[in-house]
Amino acid sequence: MSKIYVSATVNGRPEDVLCEAHQTLLDLLRDEIGLTGTKEGCGTGDCGACTVLLDDRLVCSCLVLAPEADGKEITTVEGIADSQDGLHVVQQKLLEHAALQCGVCTPGFVVAAKALLDKDPNPDEKTIRYWLAGNLCRCTGYDKIIRAVQDAAQELTPTK
Amino acid sequence: MAEVANFKAIGTRPIRPDGVEKVTGRANFGADLNLPDMLHGKVLRSPHAHARIKRIDLTKAQAMEGVYAAISSADFPQEVTSSLSRNILARDKVLYHGHALAAVAARTPRIAEEALARIEVEYEVLPPVLTLDDAMREKATLVSEDLRTNDDENSPPSNIAATQRFERGDVTKGFAEADVIVQEEFRVPSAHQGYIEPHACVATSNPGGRVTVWCTTQGPFEVRSATAGVLNKTVSDIKVIPSEIGGGFGGKTVVYFEPVAVRLSELTGKPVKMVMNREEVFRATGPASATLCKIKVGAKKDGRITAATAWLAYEAGAFPGSPVGPGCMSVFAPYDIDNFLVEGYDVLVNKPKVAAYRAPGAPQSMHAMECAIDELAQKLDMDPIDLRLKNAAKEGTIAPYGPKFPPIGLVECLEAAKRHPNYVNKTSEEVGRGVAVGFWFNIGMQSSAEVNIAEDGAVSIMEGSPDIGGSRASMCLMAAETLGVPYETINAHVGDTESTGFCNLTGGSRTTFATGLAVVKACEDVIAQCKARAAMTWELDVEQVDWRDGQAVPKPGVNIDVEPLSLADIAKTMSRTGGPLLGRASLNAQGAGACFSVNWTDVTIDRETGKVDVKAFTAIQDAGRAIHPAYVEGQMQGGAVQGLGWALNEEYIYNENGVVENASFLDYRVPVASDMPMIDCEIIEVPNPSHPYGVRGVGETPIVAPLAATSNAVRDLLGFRINDLPLSPPNVLAAIDAAD
Repeated sequence: MSKIYVSATVNGRPEDVLCEAHQTLLDLLRDEIGLTGTKEGCGTGDCGACTVLLDDRLVCSCLVLAPEADGKEITTVEGIADSQDGLHVVQQKLLEHAALQCGVCTPGFVVAAKALLDKDPNPDEKTIRYWLAGNLCRCTGYDKIIRAVQDAAQELTPTK
Repeated sequence: MAEVANFKAIGTRPIRPDGVEKVTGRANFGADLNLPDMLHGKVLRSPHAHARIKRIDLTKAQAMEGVYAAISSADFPQEVTSSLSRNILARDKVLYHGHALAAVAARTPRIAEEALARIEVEYEVLPPVLTLDDAMREKATLVSEDLRTNDDENSPPSNIAATQRFERGDVTKGFAEADVIVQEEFRVPSAHQGYIEPHACVATSNPGGRVTVWCTTQGPFEVRSATAGVLNKTVSDIKVIPSEIGGGFGGKTVVYFEPVAVRLSELTGKPVKMVMNREEVFRATGPASATLCKIKVGAKKDGRITAATAWLAYEAGAFPGSPVGPGCMSVFAPYDIDNFLVEGYDVLVNKPKVAAYRAPGAPQSMHAMECAIDELAQKLDMDPIDLRLKNAAKEGTIAPYGPKFPPIGLVECLEAAKRHPNYVNKTSEEVGRGVAVGFWFNIGMQSSAEVNIAEDGAVSIMEGSPDIGGSRASMCLMAAETLGVPYETINAHVGDTESTGFCNLTGGSRTTFATGLAVVKACEDVIAQCKARAAMTWELDVEQVDWRDGQAVPKPGVNIDVEPLSLADIAKTMSRTGGPLLGRASLNAQGAGACFSVNWTDVTIDRETGKVDVKAFTAIQDAGRAIHPAYVEGQMQGGAVQGLGWALNEEYIYNENGVVENASFLDYRVPVASDMPMIDCEIIEVPNPSHPYGVRGVGETPIVAPLAATSNAVRDLLGFRINDLPLSPPNVLAAIDAAD
């Protein structure tokens, strides 16, 4: 079976990859490009561990076929921290609040929470809980994750 | 014993040392390792819950291009007949839907999956045994034809693998003295641990028989011994490297396909990677036992319990070994009862072999008891906390399972609950409230630790407990406290089975207690060496040197005028004072110290849909000493939400053929962020005398109380009890309709 050529921008850098028709965007990121920060928890779009931004839209990369990524811009957890400025405030607050235990769901939460704050810099608790309802965490009971995102929002909101 | 007051490090909340790796996607979990020339292994699973395997033909799979090996149990040492070996690959019979019976290794995962479809298996389908009632009845269909209860040669074959019974006093007399008696039956369904990271491993081998397994596990040394056992190797043939672990909750204490990956690697000479998908995780790993618990409790008018009995039956799955033992031991553990009788049954059914799940066995039996206590409080018109205080176990109480309790914190937790603002503030008419107590024994077991001092004084801890929830931070805090150096100068590393001393698994809430104890002792070893080096430098006897605030100083009264020597000072010159500073400790920790909790759930119910919403949840728990309070709270909150999930929604739904009908996160619904409120925590500290800083394990107790607390809250609101879990919308709606 001939392979399909996919040219995408991943975390700001051009990537050219040959993939098979059945491969997912998650496979492309993990197995072809070697970005294993994005995790597979279910493969059916139910857990959110594979959350990435596809042209600024939050998607489960396990539900996107790799060829669909052609010509798109993708941001993964590896692209959230800035090499100059260090951790994103969401990452920093997750650490300060001890909002990860095992840490395997964390990449998905980082990408999803950053996307929320980019869209709504001052969300209330209910908004945060519903926005993150597509990301399963089995360790924390969500409490500290919600507080970390609230704290990050606080820090991002310019004081008046 | 170290100082217990004025801690500098302990009780603070610094960032975990592995944190940056985990928020940036750099940390490597089980499925993240790829090796050159690696093959991918996949497992063929049974489409039947119970069937005799008449023939397995692997030839068409083996002939496929890109396939390097296809194997069945015939490719494993036949002299090994353990349950584990037969769970990993079925022999003679498949015993549950999803039971592995063959495996292939191929160039890509896709080819491996296609090859599975070419394996021909001929089955003689047998009727499955799917419920405790069916399994325990006379002339039941047998899961295993040669299983006899308690290995008694004289008893007939049975699905009851084991029974246990222990008692104290005279229950007949005790019930005769009671003014009120509650007698109820409760069913709790199977729930899955639900770790987000599926099982994954990469195995390599060389022609000399040496094997390396990289895998996600709570216990690399347990993986080593289990893999060696199945393959009839010695443990020294096998090196296990634990990856970062994406949750376990007891479910990653056993092996499922690591020995298969090793065998495939041996046969192909190549690395073999195996990763489960979520459906396989649901069908073939975990879950917790489904149970039937019958409880009878009698009490005097003043609330004093006079007698209690428990009859507990636990599904083991296809092989013996449910946690009915700890279920029996914990059912009455919070109470000082003179007359009791506990009977337990370990029962085989055609379902996956159960695995440990956070306080294994306790949530089910204690759900029954804590619901019964709640009924007792209703009958006696007593506050549920007052009733529990009246009967609470305390230091000196003989635990129902034998030993005398050392200092424990149940009374302190109950008293804290009574004065907690969340408890004092009355809820509205629309909100139901339920209280329950949780308990877990905790364990000690074996741990090792090494503490290496770098030439700049930085501290590096090497230990063997996979970090499943922030334990590296706790190790660093205890080392900082003991050595008297800043937390930031310390790092902790989880070694593999050849780079660290033997260490039992991360489980039983033992890591901060037992491995922490080893770290403290290894730090004390470093301090002893530092004092000797300082004594040498100062030409004093070592007895004349003290270690204070991270520095060697002459003892008071020693007449010498020298500057103190810090750890960094001593490290700088260590090549001249005897070589590297390396502290070590290994131990079999005793006195883990039981952990008690008190929880209450506030709920509302939508009477049109039967949906129960948790409006508030409060957890109070004795941590002995909270080393890193944020991670202690994390255990309390995470365990609470797992317990709430089990109470409200989570269950394995089997059809009449023994097929799980909800083997996905879509249909097996664990709590999501929008389902839950904040989980309020209060940590109580009744120090454990068996640990230098007073630590007792905190990881498992939190899942226990939420089941009954939620059940009791629903009862409070409805005015009648729904005995069985889950309290899912269809079940609650049916109960409301039946009551109307």
